Amino acid sequence: MLPFEKMSVNEIVSEVHDGALLGVPADYSGVPMSFTKELIKKKIKNLKLYCLPLTTIQGDMLIGSGCVAEIEAAAVSLGEFGQAPRFQDAVINQKIKVRDSTCPALHAQLQATEKSVPFMPLRGIIGSDLLKYRDDWKVIENPMKNSGKVGEEVILLPAVQLDVLVFHATKADKNGNIQIGRRRELATLAHASKKVFVTVEEFTDEDFFQSEVHASASLPALYVDGIAESANGAWPCGLTEKYSPDFDELKTYSLAARNQSSFDSYMKGFLNAENLQAAQ
Amino acid sequence: MKRYEIKFEEILISILCDLLSDDNHVAVGAASPIPGAAALLAKEEQKQIRKKLRVTILHSLRFNNFTDGARELFDCAAQGRIDTFFLGGVQIDHEANINLVGTGKYPRLDKRFSGSFGSALMYYVIPKVILFREEHSPRTLVKKVDFISAPGISDKNLYRPGGPKYLLTNKALFSFNKRNRRFCLEQIAPGLNQYDIKKQTGFEYDINNQINNFALPSKSRLDILRKIIAPMVSEFYPHFAKKIWFS
Repeated sequence: MLPFEKMSVNEIVSEVHDGALLGVPADYSGVPMSFTKELIKKKIKNLKLYCLPLTTIQGDMLIGSGCVAEIEAAAVSLGEFGQAPRFQDAVINQKIKVRDSTCPALHAQLQATEKSVPFMPLRGIIGSDLLKYRDDWKVIENPMKNSGKVGEEVILLPAVQLDVLVFHATKADKNGNIQIGRRRELATLAHASKKVFVTVEEFTDEDFFQSEVHASASLPALYVDGIAESANGAWPCGLTEKYSPDFDELKTYSLAARNQSSFDSYMKGFLNAENLQAAQ
Repeated sequence: MKRYEIKFEEILISILCDLLSDDNHVAVGAASPIPGAAALLAKEEQKQIRKKLRVTILHSLRFNNFTDGARELFDCAAQGRIDTFFLGGVQIDHEANINLVGTGKYPRLDKRFSGSFGSALMYYVIPKVILFREEHSPRTLVKKVDFISAPGISDKNLYRPGGPKYLLTNKALFSFNKRNRRFCLEQIAPGLNQYDIKKQTGFEYDINNQINNFALPSKSRLDILRKIIAPMVSEFYPHFAKKIWFS
């Protein structure tokens, strides 16, 4: 018997329910695109996306496909390919609710859950309009006598626990530990999530805990509820040290997404395509 | 490209590079190829006079100095370990408030942009923030921003060691004076005059009595930029590098 839960991508999809608060990794930390494709095929509804701290094509596709009710993020864009058109359209036409945030706040809210404390203080933010529209954030006067500035106002951010996190990684070892390299925000996301599923390029016979170098670059299996193999699973996004983003495909998407009908026809092809990008 | 035909982006890189010469640690965030190239150029020039400049470029593997995840940039900045950072803005106003969210009356926006990124902390804690927005027009440099992603100035009861020091556009370089809460025009792009700048700027500003044109990069600086820096930029902004140097 395997020491961890081996699943298919579709079995992971079946663990995500309508209305779930879903953790979304940034474009540099393993975007689970093969999972996202199946999630859209399932016609999931009313997802709440929690982006750490931003999303690119994954969020834009989910929004354009009508899967999202709410998004909390510091930014939604297509990176080098400009604005995220389906996101823009959904905001202007009020199809989704946006909880505008800033990167360190998105980290801090999860760090509160990591420590199981009800909130986390942060500097900055006060005086920005972000705060005006966040009734879940509170401003207090620094209560400490010998720490920080006397009379200083600081902001308190609530702990956020995700229902489910899915990300893509290079490999899992024979005990179900996941190689995440220095993308430690994936560990933060996992610690703060009720369920964690990972798609990987491959399973290996290695034991990452045999070496300090590998162990320190791993997410321990104890945080992981299930792992599925998915070669090129981040395509058309890139995966560190495995393959670059497929710039042609991302550009094609950025043009297609400019209006709903060309987005819809792009998605028809995308949802039926294999993850064909050759590893570079 | 002819060898000494200078691209406009190279002039902007050179101006930003001049603003970094006293730094110990420059960080460069998302979607910033020109600041990224400027930081690496400054590092290389400092190296040649045996000074050390640390450069952290988030969108790079090679030039990203962090190992503790995406939060480390913000923690590192809050600890005071980063001297200079670059921010942009869909709109920037006379008090250096920046808007990265959209235009119109939030949340019912007319046009939505990506979002505030890390600006709502970085602008407060990094001593020298350089605002960089290529488009210089009455719609980008406005009297008052529609949404404040991060304010240029804060009340005294806030912790605010950082803030705006410069604003560079494709037409001008301004400095920012925290005391009188105003920008001051310092340099103008070649071919333009003060009247052009006034016409294209939606807010009032002071004018330095010794105004210069944008300085052009020297031959030796261009050589470093094209031979050493351009291939580095290819690693993290391949499209930009291709457009400027390798097409």
